Amino acid sequence: MHDRLRKYRNRMMMGIFIIATLIALIPLFGILGYVVKNGLSALNWEFFINLPKAMGAPGGGMANSIVGTLIMVLIASLIGIPVGILTAIYLTEYDRTSWLSIGVRFATDVLTGIPSIIVGIVIYTAVVLRMGHFSALAGGLALSIIMIPLIIRSTEEMLKLVSHSIREAGYALGISKVKTILKIVLPTAAKGIITGAMLAVARVSGETAPLLFTALGNQYWARSLNEPIAALPVQIYQYATSPYKEWHQQAWAGSLVLISLVVILNLFARFVFRSRSN
Amino acid sequence: MSKKKKLTASLGDKTLRLLTLLMAISVLVLMVWMGWQMFDSARPSIDKFGFSFITGRVWDPVKEQFGALPFIYGTLVTSLLALIIAAPIGLGVAIFLNEMARSGVRSVIAFLVEMLAAIPSVVYGLWGIFVLVPWLRETVEPGLAKWFGFIPLFQGTPLGFGMLAGGLILAVMILPTIAAISVEVMAAVPNEQREAALALGATKWEMIRIAVLPYAKSGILGGVMLGLGRALGETMAVTMVIGNRPDILPSLFAPAYSIAAVIANEFTEATYDLYLSALVEVGLILFVITLILNVFARLLVWSVARGPKGGIS
Repeated sequence: MHDRLRKYRNRMMMGIFIIATLIALIPLFGILGYVVKNGLSALNWEFFINLPKAMGAPGGGMANSIVGTLIMVLIASLIGIPVGILTAIYLTEYDRTSWLSIGVRFATDVLTGIPSIIVGIVIYTAVVLRMGHFSALAGGLALSIIMIPLIIRSTEEMLKLVSHSIREAGYALGISKVKTILKIVLPTAAKGIITGAMLAVARVSGETAPLLFTALGNQYWARSLNEPIAALPVQIYQYATSPYKEWHQQAWAGSLVLISLVVILNLFARFVFRSRSN
Repeated sequence: MSKKKKLTASLGDKTLRLLTLLMAISVLVLMVWMGWQMFDSARPSIDKFGFSFITGRVWDPVKEQFGALPFIYGTLVTSLLALIIAAPIGLGVAIFLNEMARSGVRSVIAFLVEMLAAIPSVVYGLWGIFVLVPWLRETVEPGLAKWFGFIPLFQGTPLGFGMLAGGLILAVMILPTIAAISVEVMAAVPNEQREAALALGATKWEMIRIAVLPYAKSGILGGVMLGLGRALGETMAVTMVIGNRPDILPSLFAPAYSIAAVIANEFTEATYDLYLSALVEVGLILFVITLILNVFARLLVWSVARGPKGGIS
C-alpha cells in the first residue's frame, strides 16, 4: 500500500516536471508565432530599401536602421573581440592564479551582470556629454562594453579545454611561447572562440537600452559616425510605443528581421561550428 | 645568427605578454571606471537629497522633487513576482533535462530554452504590448479579481498594463537563466549519489529529492539570484508593459514604474543638471543592488559547480 503511494507520487512529480517544461516552451512558440505571422504580412521589399516615412505615407522601411545596427555591431566587434580574446589569453596562458587574474575574472563577472541600461548611462555621461552629440561611435562603444565580458568568458573556457600536453609539445620542440599560443593553442580552440564571438554578436545586435541615449536613433541616413544613427531595436521600440497601426505593423516586420538575424547567428554558431569541433 | 633569432623570439613573447596584460588591466579599469563615472555623475543629487532620495515617494521633476521609492518598489515587486513564477518552472525544466529526458530530446529542449534567452528584449516588449497585455486585461485580470478579489493584490481596474504584466514578462525572460544554471549544478552532482539512492530502492523522485537537490541546493539558489539580477536590470520589456506611473499601489493590476524604465523614458528629456544627476543616482542604486546580488550568486554557483570536496567520489 505504502509502495503504491510512493510510485503514485513518483509518477505525479515526473508529470509535474514535464508540464513545467511544456509551460516554459509556450511563450517561445507564442512569441515566434506572432512575430512570424504579423511580421510576414507587413514585410516587403520596400521595408529593406526605404527610409521610414511619415505617418500615413505608404512604403516606409527600415533600411537605415538595419544598416545602423550593422555599423554599430561592427564597431563593437572591432573593439570587443580583440580586447576579449587578448584578455582571455592573459588569463589562461600567462597568469591563471595571481591576484590580478582573480581581479580580472571578478571584473568580468561584474560587467556581465551590469544591466545594459547602466552602460548607456556611463557612455552618455562620459562620451555623449563630452562630445556634445549622440553618435554611432558612442553606440558602438556602449555595445562593446557589453560584448567584452561575454567574449572573455567564452574564449577563456575554450582555451582551458586545450590540453596542456599540446602546449608542452610546443615548448619541447623549442617553439617560443608566443608561437605556441598563436600557432598551436589558438587554432586548436578557434572554432569554439568563433562560436562564442558569434553568440556575443547575436546578443548585442538585439540590445536596445544602451543605444537609447548613445546612438539615439535617426529617421534618416547618418552621414558620419559622429551623428545620431538609427538602430533596428530602437526603431522597433519607437514604433511599438507609438499610437499608429501602420507603425505597429512596421515594428512587427522589424522584429521578424531582428529575430531572424539572432536565430540564424545562434543556429550557425551552435550547429555548424560545434558539430565539426566535437 | 641563432642568438639573434632567439632575441627576436623573446621580443615577440614580451610583446604578446605585455599586450594581453594591458588588455586584462583595462578590463579591471573599465569596471572601476564605470562605478566611478556613475558615482561622480550622481554626486550632485546625492549631496542634495542624501538618504531621503531613497525614501522619497514623490518624483516631480518640475518642482525639483526627486524620490526614488516608487521605482524601487516597482522594480522589486515585478522582479519578485517573476521569481515566484520562474523559479519553480525553471527548476522543473532543469530536472526534466537532467534526470528524465533522453539525450536527443534533451538537446532539442535545451536549445529551445536557450532560444528563449536569445530573443531580444524589445521583441518581448512588442509581444507584451499587443498579446500579453490585452489577454491580461480581458481574461486573466477579471478572472483573478472575481475569484481572489478579496486580496488587495488583485483589486482595481484591470488595465493590462501594470506590475502583473511586467512580472509575467520578466518571468519568461529569466526562466532560461534559472534553468541553465540549475542544469549546470545538477550535472555536477556525482552519479554515485544517485546510484546509492536507487540502490536503496528509492523511486526516481525520491532519488532527486534525497540525492540530487540537497547537493545542488546552493547552486540552484545562485542561479535563482542571477535570474533575479537579470530581472532587476531588465529595461525594454518592462518599460513597454509596466504602465509607467510613479505610484506605490498594492494591486498588481496597477500601473507602476521601474528603475530601468524611468531611466529609459526620462534620460534624454532631463532638462537640467540636477534632474539628470537624479536619474543617474537611480541608476547607481540599480548598479549597486545588481552588483551585490551577482557577486553573491557567483560565489554560490562556483562553490557547487567546481565539484565535490571530499564526499563519496
